[in-house]
Amino acid sequence: MNDIAISVRGLGKRYRLGISASGNAGYRTLRDELMKLPARLRGALRRAEAKEEFWALRDVGFEVRRGEVLGVIGRNGAGKSTLLKILSRIVEPTVGEVDIFGRVGSLLEVGTGFHPELTGRENIFLSGAILGMRRHEVLAHLDEIVAFAGVEEFLDTPCKRYSSGMYARLGFAVAAHLRTEILIVDEVLAVGDMDFQRRCFGAMKRVAANGRTVLLVSHDLAAVSALSSRCLWLEGGKKVNIGTPDATLGEYLASVSARSGGVPAREQIMARPAEIAGFSSFGEGGGPLVAGGVAMFDVKLKLCSPHRGLLVGIGIDSELGARQATLYSHFTGDQFNLPFGDSCVRCRVDRLPLRPGKYFITIHLANATEVIDHLEHAFLIEVMAGDFFGTGRMPTGTQGMILVDQSWKLEQSSLPCR
Amino acid sequence: MALSPVPHIRIRARRGWTALGLAELWEYRDVLVMLALRDVKLRYRQTALGVVWVVLQPLVAGAIFALIFGHFAKLPSGGRPYLLFVFAGLLGWNLFAGILQRAGNSLVAEAKLISKVYFPRMLIPMAAAVSTLVDFLVSLGVMVVLLAWHGIWPGWWLGLLPVTIVTLLALALGLSFWIAALNVRYRDFMYALPFLIQVGMYASPVVYGMELVPDRWRAVFALNPLSGILGAFRSALLGGGVAWGPLMIAGVLAALALVTGAFFFRRVERDFADTL
Repeated sequence: MNDIAISVRGLGKRYRLGISASGNAGYRTLRDELMKLPARLRGALRRAEAKEEFWALRDVGFEVRRGEVLGVIGRNGAGKSTLLKILSRIVEPTVGEVDIFGRVGSLLEVGTGFHPELTGRENIFLSGAILGMRRHEVLAHLDEIVAFAGVEEFLDTPCKRYSSGMYARLGFAVAAHLRTEILIVDEVLAVGDMDFQRRCFGAMKRVAANGRTVLLVSHDLAAVSALSSRCLWLEGGKKVNIGTPDATLGEYLASVSARSGGVPAREQIMARPAEIAGFSSFGEGGGPLVAGGVAMFDVKLKLCSPHRGLLVGIGIDSELGARQATLYSHFTGDQFNLPFGDSCVRCRVDRLPLRPGKYFITIHLANATEVIDHLEHAFLIEVMAGDFFGTGRMPTGTQGMILVDQSWKLEQSSLPCR
Repeated sequence: MALSPVPHIRIRARRGWTALGLAELWEYRDVLVMLALRDVKLRYRQTALGVVWVVLQPLVAGAIFALIFGHFAKLPSGGRPYLLFVFAGLLGWNLFAGILQRAGNSLVAEAKLISKVYFPRMLIPMAAAVSTLVDFLVSLGVMVVLLAWHGIWPGWWLGLLPVTIVTLLALALGLSFWIAALNVRYRDFMYALPFLIQVGMYASPVVYGMELVPDRWRAVFALNPLSGILGAFRSALLGGGVAWGPLMIAGVLAALALVTGAFFFRRVERDFADTL
């Protein structure tokens, strides 16, 4: 018997700009269409439109064997979600073919089909059906689902009264009981509290151990590395590599560190009114970043028009993608009013509280109402060993990544400790 | 897993017309049931009056129309009580218009679902139609009470009831496939639809009977499938003759609407997730 579960050949997905990729301008009005008719008849429009094309995915091919867990990694806009949507049959590819052997269950969001006015029990059946479970299957697993989500007492309460954690737990619990041969999961492990995330992780591990085929997208590289048997790395819609998690993740990380200063090449989905043009960091006197030393983080911005009230954020993630700290001008109440052209915004940290090591940098640009630009894991910084505590001592890897300023003294003696 | 053969799906860009995929529709029938059930529950739970609304609305409308057209204008109703005459017309019309309205907007309303999970898209307007059918059945219960009150028994004509309901459903669903699919691409339909429905109500024998229509106009009216359907629907409940010609025409048009609507829907559904 054939042991291939998914075979992808020459897969590509093209979007026309201004039609779908630019947000809610997806629909047209009949009037627009009628106005364009004369131009279309002359064929002029066809040529004009051709320039506004953008390939979210191009010429991607790979195979997944039955029982394999394939982790898909890559930055935002690399085409991961488009790939999962094609494999889930939500969108159609523009070119290429996919053969899928087995029933597919996809979990692209937590709580698919949930309605806030319905009770937990009603939502379990609704979401179960929408995800492809038969009623008797849901019924058979009802107790497990409820126990997994821990919502026993609230089963007949409308979900709008649930906390966001309960909502997410119930949503994941339904999906975790899908019994399809192939499971497609997009970034859903990142919900709920730590305890629940651990349970989700366990559930995913059991799914994988059951010999089912899993496709997994996550920004959490640690989770990908722990769960996957192979890794697919996408960049700009193209396959860069596929291989063992260690090798592929290593290459991926190396590619990020190889880049310095400049912004990675990216598909221009739409003209941004303002964008992140670069990032640099340095310590005392322009030297390297040192644990406990002064650190400067410079974000270069390019504006097409003057902007008021800009907020700049810098996310610092560990090498495996776990967020360690976020520097955000919103926290400190700083907003920037910038003129047209190039600007540089600097964030200063007086005593850098990071253990020596490498960190990914995510840069975020927003105003009060919307995200203007976002570069995920676009840069890598390295923090050198330094004397944070003034004693020359540093916590080891198992003692955490963050250095906390602290002082100790004897509070009271000759009394038993409380 | 080894017991059942592993299903094979090939995903590729489809071009042109495709099969309706009725087998898949059947496979996903639970989605239809659950979506319709959700709509019904929400409607009856969120409104304070719940079921009373569904009963009261056509009853009040029927009473007003009966007063104006039957009592004041003294329009002919074939010797049947005008309230029952209008109520029967409104029952059928409300089913038709309700499906058009709910199913027509259903894809836009479920945009989030369409972009997050796959199931046959046709189930979405179908579920909206089923949930409207539930309202219809409740009103039909009221009709039965009214008939008993007036001591009217349609006799064998009652056999026409399932036929007319099925024809009406086919027509409404077929048109809904067209409207729902076009609505995804041209949001103009959202605004045009209520207007068209309002016009349609007066262009169809809902609050008046075909008796009112002058002979030379009858042939034109007969081309409106609702003329045949509503006329037969009335006779099925209140007794009296049936104009077979218009009913036949309605049957043909309903079948045509359903088949073309379904194929058109299948042809354009591949772009829904990208457009919504």
